[in-house]
Amino acid sequence: MTADTKRSTVVLETEGLKKSFGGVQVIDDLTLQLHEGEALGIVGPNGAGKTTLFNLISGVHRPDEGRVVFKDRDITHLSRQNRCRQGIGRTFQIPKPFADMSVFENVLVCATYARGAGERASYQRCVETLELTRLTGLANKQAGKLTLLNRKRLELARALAGDPSVLLLDEIAGGLTEVEVEELILTIRELHAEGYSIIWIEHIVHALLATVDRIYAISFGRKLIDGDPSEVMCSDEVQACYMGGTPI
Amino acid sequence: MSTDGSLSAGGQAEPDARAAIPGFRVARSTRMHLYVLVVSLIIVVSLVSVPFWAQVGTTRTLITLFGLIALAQMWNLLAGFAGLISVGQQAYIGIGAYGVWLFADEFHLHPFIAVAAAGALAAIIALPIAPLLFRLRGGYFAIGTWVFAEVIRITVSNIQATGGGSGKTIVSAALLPIDTRIYGTYWVGLGVAVGSILIVYLLLRSKVGLALTAIRDNDLAAQSSGVNVFRSKLIVYVVAAFGCSAMGAVVALNLLRIQPAASFSVNWTAFAIFIVVIGGLGSIEGPILGAVLYFVLQQTLSQYGSTYFLLLGLLAVIMATKVPRGLWGLVVARWDLHLFPVRRGLVMSEPSAPPGQAAAVAKEPGPTAKPA
Repeated sequence: MTADTKRSTVVLETEGLKKSFGGVQVIDDLTLQLHEGEALGIVGPNGAGKTTLFNLISGVHRPDEGRVVFKDRDITHLSRQNRCRQGIGRTFQIPKPFADMSVFENVLVCATYARGAGERASYQRCVETLELTRLTGLANKQAGKLTLLNRKRLELARALAGDPSVLLLDEIAGGLTEVEVEELILTIRELHAEGYSIIWIEHIVHALLATVDRIYAISFGRKLIDGDPSEVMCSDEVQACYMGGTPI
Repeated sequence: MSTDGSLSAGGQAEPDARAAIPGFRVARSTRMHLYVLVVSLIIVVSLVSVPFWAQVGTTRTLITLFGLIALAQMWNLLAGFAGLISVGQQAYIGIGAYGVWLFADEFHLHPFIAVAAAGALAAIIALPIAPLLFRLRGGYFAIGTWVFAEVIRITVSNIQATGGGSGKTIVSAALLPIDTRIYGTYWVGLGVAVGSILIVYLLLRSKVGLALTAIRDNDLAAQSSGVNVFRSKLIVYVVAAFGCSAMGAVVALNLLRIQPAASFSVNWTAFAIFIVVIGGLGSIEGPILGAVLYFVLQQTLSQYGSTYFLLLGLLAVIMATKVPRGLWGLVVARWDLHLFPVRRGLVMSEPSAPPGQAAAVAKEPGPTAKPA
């Protein structure tokens, strides 16, 4: 699989990203590549800079140095909404539903604006997305009243509704029960099989191992190691990092 | 309660996408909205007929109500949907008042046509002002809007041609035949009130409304969903400038007198905030309810002077702390009632979903979905 993905085209790339907040270097010279159709897992201890990395890719923050390249185009200075329209969909670690809108309307916002499509032309896409994320039965429910699992599903549904080529999933399994995690894994595997390129930040290691092609471990904003999922998780670097040793 | 007369344009309880996409349809309205439309039309028609049977004093008083409704709708559009807390809408009310004088007395437009011209003038002024103000966030934006209003007020006070601090009389309107003037102003005022409700309704029903509602609920998530927040806020700001200006023009025609201290008074915005806080932020119904309530309080209690203001203040404090979503918020929480069909309900009609799920959707019609 690693050999395959190396040969295929790179869809998203960060080059030497650096970002500091105050005196803290949160992201330090981070370079990673995501290949077309690849599912990449990102692990790292709390505060390693994982969510900041997503914020840099999706345009919430601008990097101090380095570039973000999407489909051979430098998008470092593109606004958030334009990155979304280009095809980068993301979910938030803490779900941010449009609380007083229905689930269907939530998804519709993304299906119209992220795709630059008309409202009626987006209904089909919404229904497909709701089916895929198993939210059809809740379509008319107020999004603010959803359970955590369904909020997480809604995050995924909104990201998907925009027809992205890259999906950024930020701890989408966090806080769910074991059974719910299993369900979510199935959904994400389906998406992977459909050919979406995925970057998934997750602390629940078995969920990653069951889904992704490659794992990229970071610590203190720097790359530790990347490669085959089980090899990375068993590597000395990751073990040292999680078990309290000094990162390399 | 509603004076909306717009539903005829929007299509009744008809599925929007039945032909194009099998398996489901999207319902924009329910049978209830048909009744709401009928009642709204009855209310509007009765209001139109008021000059034919009521006393002159009644029409003048009702113009105040129309002004309050329009003002509240515009302020709610800004604050309730775009998150733009403006305390400077009096800038546009004043521009409307001076605009109607300018176009009617100086450019010799008919005073009633000058109302529309004053609205357009405010919209044109708002267009370059908006990007400047949008650079300010939250409280700074609020202060910025107020500063802008004060700058205009002081400027107008110091120009001889506009009558300086003592203002002007709108001579062309005063010279109209009295019936034409009083009834005409009444109908124009009614038009501005109904128009303000209509334009908010049409905005919300459109694709822009989808963005505005999303921004209302979560600004950041809206941006990450591809919504151009800047453009949506710009549309709202310009529309609100137009509406406030037209409202200011009507008030000026009603009084025949414009004066910087009154026309650019921050009290206008204070009324608007009070009304929207009482009625409910972020809906069409709330500001109408709040405006009517405020109007009734004003008509019945204003004779008690400072006690009246104490009462208003107390009411505002209680509502803001105990009922932050306003009276209409209570109605929505209790009955999930939405008088204006601005929502979108998904109705699955065939088992393109597993049968269990389709049934679940049909059983749960949600805000607007009509069971098949």
